Amino acid sequence: MSDVLDAYPQLLRGTWTTVQLTVYGAALALVPALVFGLAGTSRHTAVRALNRVYVEFFRGTATLVLMYWLFYALPLVGFRFTPVAAAVLSLGLNVGAYGAEVVRGAVNAVPRAQYEAAVALNFTPWQRMLRVTLPQAVALMLPPFGNLLIELMKGTALVSLITIGDLTFNAQRIRAATGETAATFLVILVVYFAIAQMLQLAVRYAERRVDRMLGRRPDRRAAAAASGAGAVKA
Amino acid sequence: MPPIDPPVDPPVDPPADPPADLAPSASVPEESPEGRRLPAPGPARPADGAPGIRFEKVVKRFGRNVVLRELDFTVAPGERVTLIGPSGSGKTTILRLLMTLERVDGGVIWVGDRPLSHMPRGGRLVPAGERHLHEMRKQIGMVFQQFNLFPNMNVLRNLTEAPVRVLGLSRDEAVERARRLLDMVGLADKIDAHPSQLSGGQQQRVAIARALAMEPKVLLLDEVTSALDPELVVGVQDLLRDIARDSDLTMLCVTHEMNFARDISDRVLMFDRGRIVEEGPPERIFEAPAEQRTRDFLHAVLAS
Repeated sequence: MSDVLDAYPQLLRGTWTTVQLTVYGAALALVPALVFGLAGTSRHTAVRALNRVYVEFFRGTATLVLMYWLFYALPLVGFRFTPVAAAVLSLGLNVGAYGAEVVRGAVNAVPRAQYEAAVALNFTPWQRMLRVTLPQAVALMLPPFGNLLIELMKGTALVSLITIGDLTFNAQRIRAATGETAATFLVILVVYFAIAQMLQLAVRYAERRVDRMLGRRPDRRAAAAASGAGAVKA
Repeated sequence: MPPIDPPVDPPVDPPADPPADLAPSASVPEESPEGRRLPAPGPARPADGAPGIRFEKVVKRFGRNVVLRELDFTVAPGERVTLIGPSGSGKTTILRLLMTLERVDGGVIWVGDRPLSHMPRGGRLVPAGERHLHEMRKQIGMVFQQFNLFPNMNVLRNLTEAPVRVLGLSRDEAVERARRLLDMVGLADKIDAHPSQLSGGQQQRVAIARALAMEPKVLLLDEVTSALDPELVVGVQDLLRDIARDSDLTMLCVTHEMNFARDISDRVLMFDRGRIVEEGPPERIFEAPAEQRTRDFLHAVLAS
């Protein structure tokens, strides 16, 4: 065990790479999630079809196979990606497909009455989406986004197979050097778990912020002010 | 309240009108934009006054269910009309059509001298596009049964967001207008509150202020007190009575509160299955209804 812990510089480097891949992957995933998710709520069949094609393709293909394609196969026809670019792209596009479904579901779940109130105030279609529907949909997106973020983080372990020195990759090397199989995998199990907990905390924080914006969980100050206002008069 | 003498029997289409099978694509007589004006009773109003409304053989279906069948009716500029009738009779659909929340399946709706549901193109009327709807909606505001305040904004922003983004008011102008309206509805102290911190009655009064902040000329009230606890109804009704008294808005109101209907309306339309069964001044409709259907309905409503 102590041999494994002595290799902490390697573990730290690996952890840092894993965290970076998670952040880049999540940032990239957010773009297709929003674009194709909103496309899925369109009135136009052709635009909705874009959502279906993207979601079905990237949800239905294994991330690792996608990674192999980007890293090993596409260079054969002249498209070259660095390992990190191939990894971030395949992780982001895959998780983005799940995210698009989350966005579509959340936008559709905002009560239609909100859309109607926005029409009655003569907001343009873009304003309706940006000012009314989307801010309310975000509250519904956050919990499933938290799940996806953790899935993405765990999915980064695949990048060790295309030569990126992430946590899993470094663990393999430490294990080879020390022969401590159980200890090595125990340590990285704990590290992955710890990262997941941090991500979860961040998502929870965002959820609380959004709930407060929507008045679902009024902060103490506002609640006190409201009840201090005395009897509610119609 | 402008002096209006609403016709008990509104004038039917002028003879120059297109034939009865007027479809959305029916041709518009090019020579007569004047001839298409609403047959408004009384003197002509200034251009910036409240517009009248005319339904011309309006058809609305939901699937195979025909809610409105070739409905004709007219609301004079500045007139207050209450729509009563059993649920499913098409009253709310009329308001939703006027707010462009639904599209007509036949006929034309006119607001002022312009078509709402359609737009003229090449001498014909074609179904309205978003830009035309945006233009026409400037005149119309609506208050909903369930208030529909935006939960992602506090009271102030509920009132200022559309005036700033849609009307192009400056932040200061919009805030000033919001303060004035909140003062009018008696909720000046709730300006920073969140909708979820307000009672139903307060939310509905904010919703009324929000609609008025857009300075509409036509106000649609869709069962605005139906979702309120009984003791909160009076406050909202009093507010609307004040608004009816102090403004020259054209108002269309769907309600089951007959006393309220009597107070604010010039004319009551009794609907049943998408048709007007009977109409007249509230005193006559409520005290001496001519039709058995109206008597049955009023009996049922007043008994409840």
